[in-house]
Amino acid sequence: MYRYDEFDAEFVRQRTAQFRDQVGRRLSGELTEDEFKPLRLRNGVYLQLHAYMLRIAIPYGTLSSRQMRKLAHIARTYDRGTGHFTTRQNLQFNWPRLSDIPDILGELAEVEMHAIQTSGNCIRNVTADHFAGAAADEVADPRPYAEIIRQWSSLHPEFNWLPRKFKVGVTGSEHDRAAIKTHDIGLHLKRLADGRLGFAVWVGGGQGRSPFLAELIRDDLPEADLLSYLEAILRVYNLHGRRDNIYKARIKILVHDLGAEAFAAQVEEEWRRIRDGVLKLPQAEIDRIRAYFAPPAYDERPVPAPPRAAGRAFDRWITRNTHAHKQAGHAIVTISLKPIGGIPGDASAAQMDAVADLAERYSLDEVRVTHEQNLVLPHVRSGDLWQVYRGLEAIGLAEGNAGLVTDIIACPGLDYCALANARSIPIAQRISERLSPRQDQIGDLKIKISGCINACGHHHVGHIGILGVEKRGEEHYQLLLGGSGAEDAALADIAGPGFGPEGIVDAVEKVVTTYLELRSNPQEPFLATYRRLGATPFKDALYAAA
Amino acid sequence: MPPLDEVSPSPRLRGRPAPAEAGGRGEGQPHTPTSAITTAPHPGPLPAEAGRGDRSALVAPGEPDPEGPIWQGGAFHRDAWTKLDGEAALPVGPVILPKQRWLAERGELAGCNTPLGLVIAPGEALDDIAADLPRFALIALAFPKFTDGRPYSLARLLREKHGYAGELRAVGSVLSDQLQSMRRVGFDSFEVTHAPTRRALAEGRIPEVALYYQPTGTDAPPDGTRPWLRRRAD
Repeated sequence: MYRYDEFDAEFVRQRTAQFRDQVGRRLSGELTEDEFKPLRLRNGVYLQLHAYMLRIAIPYGTLSSRQMRKLAHIARTYDRGTGHFTTRQNLQFNWPRLSDIPDILGELAEVEMHAIQTSGNCIRNVTADHFAGAAADEVADPRPYAEIIRQWSSLHPEFNWLPRKFKVGVTGSEHDRAAIKTHDIGLHLKRLADGRLGFAVWVGGGQGRSPFLAELIRDDLPEADLLSYLEAILRVYNLHGRRDNIYKARIKILVHDLGAEAFAAQVEEEWRRIRDGVLKLPQAEIDRIRAYFAPPAYDERPVPAPPRAAGRAFDRWITRNTHAHKQAGHAIVTISLKPIGGIPGDASAAQMDAVADLAERYSLDEVRVTHEQNLVLPHVRSGDLWQVYRGLEAIGLAEGNAGLVTDIIACPGLDYCALANARSIPIAQRISERLSPRQDQIGDLKIKISGCINACGHHHVGHIGILGVEKRGEEHYQLLLGGSGAEDAALADIAGPGFGPEGIVDAVEKVVTTYLELRSNPQEPFLATYRRLGATPFKDALYAAA
Repeated sequence: MPPLDEVSPSPRLRGRPAPAEAGGRGEGQPHTPTSAITTAPHPGPLPAEAGRGDRSALVAPGEPDPEGPIWQGGAFHRDAWTKLDGEAALPVGPVILPKQRWLAERGELAGCNTPLGLVIAPGEALDDIAADLPRFALIALAFPKFTDGRPYSLARLLREKHGYAGELRAVGSVLSDQLQSMRRVGFDSFEVTHAPTRRALAEGRIPEVALYYQPTGTDAPPDGTRPWLRRRAD
């Protein structure tokens, strides 16, 4: 894992002191709310429906057990005992007092964490594959590059006031677990034709009111040129992205309006001017950062699995929640934060502490946070899986449903969010309860729920997506089908007229039942059936009777 | 002013205004994407020479004056420059013109004997005046709102692409929390009207983060000192 040196630690200390001064000037009235708002947003502080909300960065989703325990401590001390893991590898606290936030940031700084640029029209927390450094199918670990980008983008003087927010995601595998095509910049780390590492650069993805999948603008960017290329993209966007309409201000609109080719030509022209300048990454520096992410010291002694009670639940959990590790004798464990009928992404302070204990004991002290709102123990010896399972069972997080229909992404929605039009969480809970008896039979199926068009719940790329809207003062839900945020990325289609809060749960069940009737065999997943047959049979089932 | 620390539960709002997460929401003109960092080749001196050849054209700051509008070199000064709008005749002494007027009257203005400055709006291009830059002792970049980030990129292009070495002034919505970023991209004078910012400057209380993760400018960081991305503030 990356460790702060004195420079990093002092940087975060100074930023915390600066924010403390900004909060003080707001509380004294020296700053107006209009002046303060963009400043607090750049440090992750929102004003929500009921309280302030603090969004903490978990860069590229990597945490140590010490950091996890600090998050538990903050939940207990400054919040109501719960943290909410988001779709962008952040953690949100929903009930902090504004006057406490500088102290919370001080606590975070003690464990090398911060809330810098988790909001605002700037370069946001950089995300990466949550299995990075562990997955068997990985070409190279994307986290060193995500860390380099994190540093470069932190308080960047030129790019702190962009037309709109800007998200960068990085993957090092062909199988895209980082959803890079829905990012403003998606980076695919791979071997170039000459055998050296480099990037395919995708630009202009994004969800929200006008969803777009990113366009490939360069397929062979050498790693040494990473930052100069990013700077060229950001400069073109900063100068020419629209600022007259918030809904047209993301880079996706600029790329779409100009055309990817013309946009790329402008980037390339600027890049040629600066590529051999100060941002050229020396190999020694790439190696220095990479050394922080060197494979951990795996214990290669075989561990005999202890006796265990035979049980279908453990077998299901092994099948669904473990993933192939690059190191023999090890597995990657997904900890589902989606207990049946629970709130997606929520973890109590006690659960966070227990996960930290498990990570320390069984996963070389590491935890990961996924954009699917789950946690991961990346380095578990096969022989320890039973103990890990038992430990998770004790805290109610042993549901073996990763990737199943109850592993639902949902934004906070109208229960918390000042932007929302409809609630997301209760819809997720009802669907989870309704479909859980059949979830193994249903197999891989990703449901994603957003409470407004901003699409924090990624509904555009759900196999089944749900969008909450407001219709004549009532909560109303659109149903979308056939999306994907993975390497086969696709935007979902709106199925037809929307539904009320009860009707949407029935509608999802109807789609699922129709799929079960139509699939060619039990191994054909929902998305494959949908792509084979199209929307028609599902629409017929949903609307024909009406 | 909304309550700051104890926010009472809001009713479920209906018909709220548009989502308000964004800091800056421009009210600017409808936008047609054109060439970003424009592509037209331009005649004129090599960038490295632009603005540097004629240092005698530089204009000394106005008299130090705590009530003066210009923050420069750690003190407030009177403005040595006159801003000229519309069609008014050139006054005696240093004058700042809108870019459009320069373009319209370049022939006559180029030969005049008075120090000239330009004010450039965020949406305006630089390449069509690149060859003229040595003529200007001052360029003012306008911040219609402090959330409009375009002048930061324009400043870097002026300094790093076009080699402009004259006075680079921030005008408009210039607030204390943005001054450091402005300095880092090349601004060296600031027209400050915001009263709290003027007080903070006068009293020297603007907490800043004095460590940088990214160089700006064209100089390479010294080898073997700090990692590539890092510099301490000057």
